[in-house]
Amino acid sequence: MANFSIVGQRLPMVDGPDKVTGRGLYTDDLALPGMLVGKILHSPHAHACIRRIDTSRAEALPGVKAVVTGRDFPNRYGILPIGHDETAFAVDKVRYIGDNVAGVAAVSEEGARQALELIEVDYERLPAYFDPEETMKAESNWIHDEKPHNIEKEYHHQFGNVEQGLAEADLVVSERFACSEVTHAALEPHSTLAHYDPATDRLTVWSSTQVPYYLHLTLANVLGMPKEKIRVIKPLIGGGFGGKSEVIPVEVEAAVLSRQAALPVKITYTREEVFYAHRGRPIQIIELTIGAKRDGRLTGVKARIVQDGGAYCGYGPVTLLYSGALLGAMYDIQNVQFDGYRVLTNKPACGAMRGHGTVNTRFAFESLLDRVACELGIDPAEIRLRNQLQPPCITVNQLRVTSYGYPECIRQVVEKSGWGEKRGKLPYGKGVGIAGSHYVSGAANSIIRSEMPHSTVNLRVEDDATVTLLTGASEIGQGSDTIQLQLVAEELGVRPDRIKLVAADTERTPIDLGSYSSRVTFMAGNACLAAARNLRKQLFEAVARVWGVSADQLEARDDRVCAQNGSGKVMSFEQAVAAARQQFGTLEATGSYAPPAEARGGKFKGAGVGPSPAYSYSAQVAEVSVDTETGQVSVERITVAHDCGRAINPMTVEGQVEGSVWMGLGQAVQEEMIWNQGRLMNPSLLEYKSASTLESPEIVPILVESVDPEGPLGAKEAGEGSLAAAIPAVANAIYDAVGVRITSTPISAEKILKALRERQKPQARGNGGRR
Amino acid sequence: MTAEPITLRVNGQHFEVTVPPNRLLLDVLREDLRLTGSKRGCDDSSCGCCTVLADGVPMLSCVMLAASYQDAEIATIEGVAENGRLHPLQEGFCVEGGAQCGFCTPGIILVAKALLERNPNPTRQEIAEALSGNLCRCTGYTQIYASVEHAIRKLQEAPVGSGKA
Repeated sequence: MANFSIVGQRLPMVDGPDKVTGRGLYTDDLALPGMLVGKILHSPHAHACIRRIDTSRAEALPGVKAVVTGRDFPNRYGILPIGHDETAFAVDKVRYIGDNVAGVAAVSEEGARQALELIEVDYERLPAYFDPEETMKAESNWIHDEKPHNIEKEYHHQFGNVEQGLAEADLVVSERFACSEVTHAALEPHSTLAHYDPATDRLTVWSSTQVPYYLHLTLANVLGMPKEKIRVIKPLIGGGFGGKSEVIPVEVEAAVLSRQAALPVKITYTREEVFYAHRGRPIQIIELTIGAKRDGRLTGVKARIVQDGGAYCGYGPVTLLYSGALLGAMYDIQNVQFDGYRVLTNKPACGAMRGHGTVNTRFAFESLLDRVACELGIDPAEIRLRNQLQPPCITVNQLRVTSYGYPECIRQVVEKSGWGEKRGKLPYGKGVGIAGSHYVSGAANSIIRSEMPHSTVNLRVEDDATVTLLTGASEIGQGSDTIQLQLVAEELGVRPDRIKLVAADTERTPIDLGSYSSRVTFMAGNACLAAARNLRKQLFEAVARVWGVSADQLEARDDRVCAQNGSGKVMSFEQAVAAARQQFGTLEATGSYAPPAEARGGKFKGAGVGPSPAYSYSAQVAEVSVDTETGQVSVERITVAHDCGRAINPMTVEGQVEGSVWMGLGQAVQEEMIWNQGRLMNPSLLEYKSASTLESPEIVPILVESVDPEGPLGAKEAGEGSLAAAIPAVANAIYDAVGVRITSTPISAEKILKALRERQKPQARGNGGRR
Repeated sequence: MTAEPITLRVNGQHFEVTVPPNRLLLDVLREDLRLTGSKRGCDDSSCGCCTVLADGVPMLSCVMLAASYQDAEIATIEGVAENGRLHPLQEGFCVEGGAQCGFCTPGIILVAKALLERNPNPTRQEIAEALSGNLCRCTGYTQIYASVEHAIRKLQEAPVGSGKA
């Protein structure tokens, strides 16, 4: 065990006191003098041409300062360079119920609402597409003219030889899985405050964003303003989970309204608007085949995935590519085939949600692997161990694996959950299930295809020997500010409270790509270490000169610099800083991180998504009980082991792991967006069924520290990797409990009851399970 | 609607504001008094983020008419710390990780405070029942329980107002 003093401590989050006292400010808590209220007119139609918009009556209403429609700001944007298909407001057609038609800014909320009612829009309705498999058959009225048959993107990957692999198998099983749509439902509704100042021709934007840098680029593009004239500031964020990781219409709309009105404009979504903004996890239909030898070794896996993308590109193709790239990559499988289709429908766009792209395929794969194990008579924990990777290695689809705590995760959850005593041995109606998952520690290739470092951190020592840490990374509640602070404190050997953090302000902080793909600990963390080491070098050089010793004999720890040459010389951090100032005048350092070339993956089309400098792993055992009269399943306990490389802060890692598992359980048993002809039937937190305390089981977290060779002091991601395994662990536990396999999410009482009744029919066939 | 002057007592302080009779307490707190610790997370009183205490009872300020609560003692998150010292619940949410994004935290701390005032030693099940109207999307609730239990221990060692540190 390495000898750390700050790293490994359960340090309270640095922004905790602001959050528990109500002092901390989120975007909607901000106000500026003369600030207007912005409101958006949304489309009532799923697919329609806009024939005419008349805003004259709205503009004439007293108190209305700006009315904007699509033609005023027609520049297209989108999070991916290949998917610039959105505009601030619809230019010629609307593509989903809720699409953005016009915006108004007025001195009062009531005035803004009235103005919306005065906007006249003539629509010509078009045939609309709601079913992902039907939409691919469309011959006309495509949702985007340049996307024939409503297919946004398709990918076909073949690694090894799947047909040969399956031919060599002793057992081949196939299944069709269907996953419903789920959404982030972060408790803070999206909010943006934009202030265009005509006197300086500058725009300042405060926004609930996980990606201030991408928002900055997008605003410059949409408004046609130079980047230098725009400043984006991220206040406190009330949860993201991916829902704030691409530019959301409200962010652009507040900015264009402010530009038009030349006054500050704030727009905060209602909860219903949050649901329609969406960008959550898509409906996916997954046809999966797995082949295995008698001893459980997997010989091939084949997946065909149709992903219901909604009306715009967003992150969609990335979602789909993650589904393929991480399908088999946590196991040693030499033959993998993936055929994926991202199709367009007249619904809100899907996007990145915690566990981005990996969750639905993991549900399918781990469920089917459980069936393979059962049919071969192998313990489901054991079959996973028999297919483990042998790192360091490169998977068949060119992903480099440097550390791999998955086998240890399995052993730990098996032991701590009492797996051996429970599996197949509990009374009918109770069962246990095991599953695994993995996730990237940051995407190795940036969205914007730039060679720029992914994270840069600056350190500056002030006169009072406090250290200012300037970082572009985005704290969204996951604790990344605290992690960066701990890493810098550790490396400089100073008390954490000596460090003051300035973060996520594009005018003051260096560029960081944002909080998505679980990248911050790994990438901003490595940048922090590099900056701290550069700073320490200067400090040691100065102290070494004062003492007449060599700088490599010095150590910084516990707020002091000591000589390790037996001289017993000690200097306080303040004295060391004073010595360095004598020598250098100012004391500043910078550090940055870019993933190494070897971690950036293969060269084939779509190879850019999936590669990461390191991967986290998770194994989980779920314990459930099923009411065989009603079909109601209740999850009683989840034992989860997460390989986080090194726990910089075990408290925040456990918080991330527990939160991930909990969110996975939501998708497993109760969360679902219910659509009817493009209209959402449950656009509220009550009807969406986010679990309350009373519906949430005990979650027992175990941290496995595999110490990654390239992670910051060995750390990897912790915020997403444990989500996916929760769903198949529950599905497999239900099989252990009552002998039925549910192949769609959410695993509702209705589905279980139906499956139990089907099984009772004399003609029903199936693998039967243990009962 | 015609705005009328009303008097509210919030965190022990008197405030006079002129508001229409349909103005919600949450809006008065956030916009007129600039007490933005109470949050709005939903449209239909289902999330609990706006919880305040009215005469010690947790209530949703997004469905309370401000003018109807002129006789009540309103407590918001801004009044929980005394003389700059964090309440044991606030300390608990810091040291045990109960506050991740922090958006649900004000409401949850107020509900927990009301719980501990009527039941100083609740079981985990009793905590869960008390908090069942407050959604959290970050934690899965485990660290929220640990945070409340931290406060229970601290309050047993040194009740607030006992003068002990």
